[in-house]
Amino acid sequence: MRDALGRVQTAAVFGGNSEIARATIGALAAEGLSRVVLAVRDPGRVPGLDDLRAKGLEVHVVAFDADAAPDAHAAAVEEAFAALGDIDVALVAFGVLGDQERAKRDAAAAVALARTNFVGAVSVHTILGERLKAQGHGAIVVLSSVAGERARRANYPYGATKAGIDAFAQGLGDELAAHGVDVLVVRPGFVHTKMTAGRPAVPMSTDADTVAKEIVAGLRRRAHTVWAPRQLRWIFAAMRHLPRPLFRRVRG
Amino acid sequence: MPSTSELRPLSGWGRATRSQAAVTRPSGTADVAAALRCAGDRGAVARGLGRAYGDAAQNAGGRVIDMTALAGVRAFDPGSGEITVDAGVSVAGLVRHALPHGWFPAVVPGTRWVTVGGALAADVHGKNHHVEGGFADHTEALELVTPDGEPRHVTRDADPEAWDATIGGMGLTGVITAATLRLTRVTSPVVREELSRAADLDELLARMSRDDRGHRYSVAWVDCATARGRGLLMHGDHAGEPGTPPALAPPGLRAPRWAPGALLGRATVRAFDAVWFHLKPRVRRGDLVPLASFFWPLDGVRGWNRLYGARGLVQYQCVVPHGAEDVLRTILARGRAAGIASTLAVLKRLGPGGAPLSFPLAGWTLALDLPAGARGLAPLLDGFDELVAGAGGRVYLAKDARMRAATLRAMYPALERWRAARAKLDPRGVMRSDLARRLELA
Repeated sequence: MRDALGRVQTAAVFGGNSEIARATIGALAAEGLSRVVLAVRDPGRVPGLDDLRAKGLEVHVVAFDADAAPDAHAAAVEEAFAALGDIDVALVAFGVLGDQERAKRDAAAAVALARTNFVGAVSVHTILGERLKAQGHGAIVVLSSVAGERARRANYPYGATKAGIDAFAQGLGDELAAHGVDVLVVRPGFVHTKMTAGRPAVPMSTDADTVAKEIVAGLRRRAHTVWAPRQLRWIFAAMRHLPRPLFRRVRG
Repeated sequence: MPSTSELRPLSGWGRATRSQAAVTRPSGTADVAAALRCAGDRGAVARGLGRAYGDAAQNAGGRVIDMTALAGVRAFDPGSGEITVDAGVSVAGLVRHALPHGWFPAVVPGTRWVTVGGALAADVHGKNHHVEGGFADHTEALELVTPDGEPRHVTRDADPEAWDATIGGMGLTGVITAATLRLTRVTSPVVREELSRAADLDELLARMSRDDRGHRYSVAWVDCATARGRGLLMHGDHAGEPGTPPALAPPGLRAPRWAPGALLGRATVRAFDAVWFHLKPRVRRGDLVPLASFFWPLDGVRGWNRLYGARGLVQYQCVVPHGAEDVLRTILARGRAAGIASTLAVLKRLGPGGAPLSFPLAGWTLALDLPAGARGLAPLLDGFDELVAGAGGRVYLAKDARMRAATLRAMYPALERWRAARAKLDPRGVMRSDLARRLELA
């Protein structure tokens, strides 16, 4: 149960190896999280389990394939509920960046990207939404991206998938608000993680711990959107309204 | 079939906890039994007027039984002052019914908008606990509908185990549907009040220890904004000579003369405290004060809990045994150092307690209202918990919205005895609440 100060007891992570999700679990553990489920593609290969247990967490690992059919997703969600009882916070953290240049030319690669980041996420969100509604409380945290705020030439295959799930999560949040369930959309900028390793950093890049801090603060105040770093909110408010010819020249 | 249910988000009085439940509003004991029989796998809990500060009367995804329609007086003997009421009758309702006959509830909490069922489930106390015990101490019997659907007549003597588990049991042994109370004789609708200032906390504690016994009602307000912890001591007794015929006006449920200001910032709180403190006279003896103003000053401000904004408030109420006065000093000092705005803290002396989950124990109880969104509040209150538990004290479950299960176990040593008794009354674990989930009670 979430308490009056916004602290939670249980969390389930879909995409349990995500660095941002792990940092979030660490931050929640410092505030009293006691049990967590990591839903991952390969339960045999989950790095960092000992670190989590050293924080005093009870950790369960569940098999979960983002590209699988909704039935398989539902089974993984049920397994998470079975391990935790109630789920106070569900983090939907899976996603791939993919090779953008390839995805621009290769339909199969573009579709694979969309299947994981959008179709898979739509499925998991729908299942979680129904389960949390029945539970009568809880929060879903979805890792969106500023890349979804305005598509740009460099990464529109990825950006479009995030734009899609961002819109879906916003609507889901409005749907669930009346049922005591919160949906928090997280829009990080460039985050230094293994997913972005080797890519040139951009101004105002951030790290997983900073994003995690914003997520925990957002959960505490029942926010519907958080940006990391925070200034991106205002930058993208402007960016959204830049005329196309100008936007093209500003971002490659 | 019980009356239809409606999915509704529910909060505690502090508005800082929230969940959705299917709310049913039964109109009689049989309906309550039916509602319990068809509670789903997330169980059910009763709810009165929603004055528990935290998540005690919420049940996420389950059923919540709104008791306010069970509001009838079943029997009243104006000769003996014994009254049997439905559990949804409020303290205000008791007063309205009994005061014209010269009777008043023997114990009243700080708001009259609590139901009799809620008062028993939380084992509430009043300003006279140091001499007369709590609400349950003046209760002869109660009717309890357990999840097997059968109403049981429970008394302290005939069924001590069920009684003890239900008094202070936070609604987790079943639904209290009626109770028989012993009222107290009063000969007027006013209280003779004595006010006096104390320069600091030590003086306040000393004077309370010395003078409490001489008065039926005793409470103090501590100004948290000052380092010394200056305070205002209030004693009261029902006015009117014994034997004089009761000359009773209709219940004087008048709004009080003071109201808390906007409680949102440290500066406003400090200013309010200073003004409020100095508006009160240094000493005032023997003023006659209407019952409502004396007992329920905050009731005059409808929806005062909303003053804390969207994040709501938490009330931290603890009790520490006599001899652990240093814990009170540390709590006030730490709260002030943390800069978390609290208005006046309420300080009272409690007499010995009884039931396993019942709050009172002989000592001092301190209550602080705090904005739930305040930075650093969680570690501050966890630190208070540690001090309180270390001193053999405890936190009041009817107010709590943030304690942890491990802390609860340390504060309520008779918890296992309560669990065993509850398991007999509710073997399938139907009675559930958000508080029970958070504190792993059930």
